[in-house]
Amino acid sequence: MNKKITYGSGIQTAFEHVLENYDESFIIGQGLWSPWYVGNTMVDLDKKFGKERIIDCPVSENSVTGTALGAALNGMKAIVVHPRMDFMVLASDQIVNQAAKWQSMLGGGIKIPLTIRAIINRGGEQGAQHSQALHSWYAHIPGLRVVMPAFANDARNLLIASILSNDPVLYIDDRWCADLEEEVTELQELDIKTIGPKIIKEGSDITIVGSGFTSCQALEAGKELAKDNISAEVIDCRVLNPFNPDLIIESVRKTGKLLVLDGSWKNCGFGGEIIASVSERFIDFKAPPIRMGLKDSPAPTSKPLEEDYYITIHDIVNNAKSI
Amino acid sequence: MKKLNNLKNPKIGNEDPQLQLLSNAEYIVLLKKMITIRIAEEIISDNVKSGLIKCPCHLAIGQEAIPVAMSQFLHSDDRVYGNHRSHGHYLSLTMDTYGLFAEILGKETGCSKGMGGSMHIVGESQGFGGSVPIVSATIPVAVGAGLAMKLSKSQSVSVSYFGDGTSEEGVVHESLNIASYYNLPVIFVCENNFFSSHMHISERQKFDSISRFADAHGIESAVIDGNNIETVLDTSKKAIQAARLQRKPFFIEAVTYRLKGHVGHDDNVDVGLQRKEDLEPWKRKDPIDRLKNSLISKSAISESDFEFFNTVISEKLNKEFDQAVSDPYPQKQQLLETVYYK
Ligand SMILES: Cc1ncc(C[n+]2csc(CCOP(=O)(O)OP(=O)(O)O)c2C)c(N)n1
Ligand SMILES: [Mg+2]
Repeated sequence: MNKKITYGSGIQTAFEHVLENYDESFIIGQGLWSPWYVGNTMVDLDKKFGKERIIDCPVSENSVTGTALGAALNGMKAIVVHPRMDFMVLASDQIVNQAAKWQSMLGGGIKIPLTIRAIINRGGEQGAQHSQALHSWYAHIPGLRVVMPAFANDARNLLIASILSNDPVLYIDDRWCADLEEEVTELQELDIKTIGPKIIKEGSDITIVGSGFTSCQALEAGKELAKDNISAEVIDCRVLNPFNPDLIIESVRKTGKLLVLDGSWKNCGFGGEIIASVSERFIDFKAPPIRMGLKDSPAPTSKPLEEDYYITIHDIVNNAKSI
Repeated sequence: MKKLNNLKNPKIGNEDPQLQLLSNAEYIVLLKKMITIRIAEEIISDNVKSGLIKCPCHLAIGQEAIPVAMSQFLHSDDRVYGNHRSHGHYLSLTMDTYGLFAEILGKETGCSKGMGGSMHIVGESQGFGGSVPIVSATIPVAVGAGLAMKLSKSQSVSVSYFGDGTSEEGVVHESLNIASYYNLPVIFVCENNFFSSHMHISERQKFDSISRFADAHGIESAVIDGNNIETVLDTSKKAIQAARLQRKPFFIEAVTYRLKGHVGHDDNVDVGLQRKEDLEPWKRKDPIDRLKNSLISKSAISESDFEFFNTVISEKLNKEFDQAVSDPYPQKQQLLETVYYK
């Protein structure tokens, strides 16, 4: 049997690869010397590479992100870690107004090897400020590459590609994916510009599209549907900005049906973007497409409300059958 | 520049408080309040450990003297804002242990109707404006409450509780400037417990005293032993008077120690610099024991009175907790019904 890799260990391997091979790389963020924040994805990096390069920092998201940007503008491969996407909101000025815009605003030709790692960490009755998946917000911003891996080998290779990119990249990983396994494939240094959506299961009856954790759910749902002889084609978006919908459009030409999953709210969300991008170039749907997302409320803490809040495989299967 | 000096050494300055500001009867009330908060958090801790409580709980065991003394001089139309570690802030004003338990269990009888859990609690009618876990978020909100009080010419004051780690967020400095410049009746209460999660203050800041930031903005400040109830009473009285009568901000830096870990029931003995050495000496600086000892040496209570208070409060709180466990969860429609004002 082939060797397995988990999503979490994929991230760990990517960091180790970059830190070993690129002396100009360093990581700054909260919790880097503690397993509480980043799970099993950065174990003992400080011991292996030193606390000078692996910096656990004050509670200063905005400044730390700007500091990483400044270092990236000055020859470093800077990686900043936000152990929760919710906390990264405090750094939005440096991400949205600065990192994403310096290239164009100052006439181009500027290397900005900045990687911002944001972790989606939700559930466990943590509530409204410890749960958000804000990928759609950030994918709205030109100049900011937004990457959202769902599977272990991608978690590794897309992180390496993000760090080696000369553009600012927001790399979003999900705690709910951390323990998912895959057979290990070759570690590669890919060019982020060549990466886009990917078919993770072929099919002919319906196209189901996800990003991040919802891609894992889409794959599960696809397997469930197969039991009822429904052949779902499942596509993992992987890169949300710049977004290339070609593969999804091709798939929908074949299936005529589209179900989109988005692990966040629907209004102005990435799920709507996918449907819009397809609809601009294709109208022969066999039935109106469906997008699934969260209920239109902040995340609750109370157990039954929380259970009701997130997308389930059961709901995906039902929606797929209803189209 | 202010420094913590001896205040950071748990082996120094653990004399029992001089009880001069209040009557014995009043001190006994404060002692019972502190015991109530302590036992409530111990019950929470046990039930986090057993798995009955799922939501993250940041306990302030060991820090009870600060909110109990602050609340002594606050009125219900004053406004108090907390953070992720606010059970004590809330209880010192409301004594609503049942509402807190129910909230943490996610029940509709909770103080936030089961919508928030431990980190999002509110008690408007008794002056607790709200607590949230985004570090530093409530500080400008407290300043805004102060602005509203100034504009509406009320005599109320606003209180903002936060930790040493919070002072690393930029908005804290913006808020201090605004409160200072516009003369707003805001009392900033920094509970300096040396830790921001797993990180000791010496790993995050050049200096250990947070009130240096108040000095930079011309805000009067005091650095005090937060485990000595008399000292906190004395300072909070002065601070609240300054805010209430002279309409100006005040900054209290109360040095204290959390005896539990950052989150949950664990002691975090192995987490962070100095923790192993400091934890036991800080236990001997327990603010409840110190008040108890003073009251005993004044013959205001006996050791058996103290035991009795503990027994009675413990029975009451355990009953409340059991009741909260059997209370209903919110109806599912509450999720969408609470998003916008109704
Ligand atoms: C904006 C933001 N960043 C990070 C966190 C994670 N966090 C929660 S509590 C905490 C420590 C805060 O330390 P301090 O202000 O000293 O309060 P204490 O926990 O000691 O009471 C951190 C970093 C958060 N909740 N919000
Ligand atoms: Mg602290």
